Amino acid sequence: MDNLFLIRYGEIGIKGNNRYKFEDKLIENIEESLKELGAKPIVYKTFGRIFVETDLATEDVLKKLGDVFGIVGICPAQKAALDVENIKEEALKLVEEELEATAKEPLLFRITTNRSNKSFTLDTMELNRELGAYLLENTPDGALGVDLEDFDLELTAEIRDQQAYIYSQDKQGLGGLPVGTSDKAGLMLSGGIDSPVAGWLAMKRGVEITPIYFHTPPFTSERAKEKVIDLAEQLARYQPELKLHVVNFTAVQTAINEHCHADLITLVMRRQMIKIAQRITKNRGGKALVSGESIAQVASQTLDSLQVTNQIAELPILRPLIAFDKEEIINKAREIGTYKLSTKPAQDCCTVFVPDTPETHPEMEQITASEENLEVEELITEAIENAEIIEL
Amino acid sequence: MAEIYLDNAATTKAFPEVATAVQEALTTNYANPSSLHQKGLAAEKIVKKARKKLAQQLKVKADEIYFTSGGTEANNLAIKGTVKSLSNYGNRIITTKIEHPSVLNVYKSLEADWDVKYLDVNQNGKIDLEQLQEYLNNDTILVSIMAVNNELGTIQPLNKISKLTKEYQNLYLHVDGIQALGKIDFFPERLGIDICSVSAHKIHGPKGVGALYAAEDTRLKNIFCGSGQEEGLRPGTENVPGIAGFAKAIDLLASKEEIEQMYQLKETLVNRILTEIEGSTLNGPAIRDGAPHIANISFAGIRGEILVHSLAEDDIYVSTGAACSSRRKDSNHILEAIGIADDLIDKTIRFSLSTTNTEAEIETVITKLKEKITMLRKII
Repeated sequence: MDNLFLIRYGEIGIKGNNRYKFEDKLIENIEESLKELGAKPIVYKTFGRIFVETDLATEDVLKKLGDVFGIVGICPAQKAALDVENIKEEALKLVEEELEATAKEPLLFRITTNRSNKSFTLDTMELNRELGAYLLENTPDGALGVDLEDFDLELTAEIRDQQAYIYSQDKQGLGGLPVGTSDKAGLMLSGGIDSPVAGWLAMKRGVEITPIYFHTPPFTSERAKEKVIDLAEQLARYQPELKLHVVNFTAVQTAINEHCHADLITLVMRRQMIKIAQRITKNRGGKALVSGESIAQVASQTLDSLQVTNQIAELPILRPLIAFDKEEIINKAREIGTYKLSTKPAQDCCTVFVPDTPETHPEMEQITASEENLEVEELITEAIENAEIIEL
Repeated sequence: MAEIYLDNAATTKAFPEVATAVQEALTTNYANPSSLHQKGLAAEKIVKKARKKLAQQLKVKADEIYFTSGGTEANNLAIKGTVKSLSNYGNRIITTKIEHPSVLNVYKSLEADWDVKYLDVNQNGKIDLEQLQEYLNNDTILVSIMAVNNELGTIQPLNKISKLTKEYQNLYLHVDGIQALGKIDFFPERLGIDICSVSAHKIHGPKGVGALYAAEDTRLKNIFCGSGQEEGLRPGTENVPGIAGFAKAIDLLASKEEIEQMYQLKETLVNRILTEIEGSTLNGPAIRDGAPHIANISFAGIRGEILVHSLAEDDIYVSTGAACSSRRKDSNHILEAIGIADDLIDKTIRFSLSTTNTEAEIETVITKLKEKITMLRKII
């Protein structure tokens, strides 16, 4: 294995006795993620650090692990024996590489030593001094300068029980918790901008999501479905295994249009969707639903509307975007790579079945009255049984 | 049920003979026509033969034909090539409001530096010759008018138009002939056209190949630079497979009888829809005044898009708006230009026929259309 990476993780280090579960999940997710590049990496942990050894190119690994939740920093590192001379040599190699890549003169640096191996011959201060002096002596005059505060390069030496590691780069990771450590939830995924972002945020907190999409042919096109598949594929970057559920909603939608008051159809429709998504989620052992609603963004997202749609739910509905402005959601969508896909034109059923004057302050009695003649139980069961599952 | 394809104005299914010609050029005569060796010559001969064939079809000379990557490129070349070469003679250019985007958007892109005029059309989609006469002046260097409209099938009076443009020197008449080739009598030189564009995939040929006719002595400048292919006007290694397929498609172009048969199918389709489906209206020209292959019909209350998907469930393929623009959200510029009522603009369907369609197919389409519309009107 040519390349070594030291993986820093923050929050999961403080989860008490459950810590090993989080670490093991993170290791598993890292392995899965790198497997997609066709590699079989060696991933192992020692106290507070995960190490990845692989033949993959550094740039490819940094990019791929940049999508794994739970990682705080990724450092391409060099191994050294627990021997001062060896540590010096490896450090010099790293510094020489850095000097070659920079035009800055002098390159200001500092050394940081983390010594968890207390039996090492030098203490932290001593090693800092020795290393610093060695580097200055063995590089051309004027190429390096020391500055402990305003440095260009921080060279870190980690002295551990079996091995020493030296690194200078620390690429920021996504943070959050490893996907899968916070149970499962169903994501109500449409082709819009919001729901993929909501799903991503839930994943960030370790939730494994199952996206559920409602397909309403011929009112929504196959292209709209393709678009949702593309979005789910994008979300799959962040979760080792993702199963998109496509539910054919036409029969239920038709029944709603026939039996319910025109101004209320969006709300009734959302309630039926929640009912279906909830059952699918429960069948898969999920504990919550995730949706992309944000207060008052559209008629079905006023507090009154949320209240009537919420009442059909038994599972909690998580709404990570509830206080986000559209602009903030768009920025996030750009960041996670879903914005361009979401804005490709294709009808989704929310835009096809918009009433001319949608109710923005519905009351539960209105909804109950409107649903009185709606008998969709069988249609719902059928829709769930026939849901298409697309593995991404 | 076998598929019924009534979206032939968007593109057509390649004839098997065309596919064979393409394959042959890909796998046997695959050399570069510019190569000196024998194999290069064999490829060059394919291109030469095709050029001759298309020239014969259009009743023009072979050296007035330039192959391109399709209709869009041919239109771009015609317009940009003209304004580049005639800019010293004036700065007015004229087109219509119902051109295909490959013409209209080129004109729009020139608005900053050119005096651009857009001709109105009447409710049948025809331009007003008086307005054209009014816009024409000594400063005008280019007029672009399509022969057959892709959405409505409207045929423009090209011989009358060219009589007006011929009054002026240093003025080219450019005609987008993409929907005209093989559907109406279309002979650019006789019609007084200086430059025209055609495309292979609308006539059961391959996609990615088209051609420009530019009358002898037309001063056009290229828009791409490269080696000297196509007299330097359109450099780039010739698309020999595409060109071979194009030539084969020309061989198989609709006969007079087949065109008459298309008119009869169109008559059946339109007349029966109008009498048997409530709230339906024919947009654009009367059946026989328009091209034989296009009929544009509105269905009150039903979004075209939904009807398209609905018919597709039964393997019937039609389109709404122009194919290239039907996935855009904005309204359709052609339907707007002929003044269709606002609430019908997104409720129109374009049926476009080919010689391969049959009466039985039309019968099925009408039956299914009635079924779907009844069902949809109940839900929406």
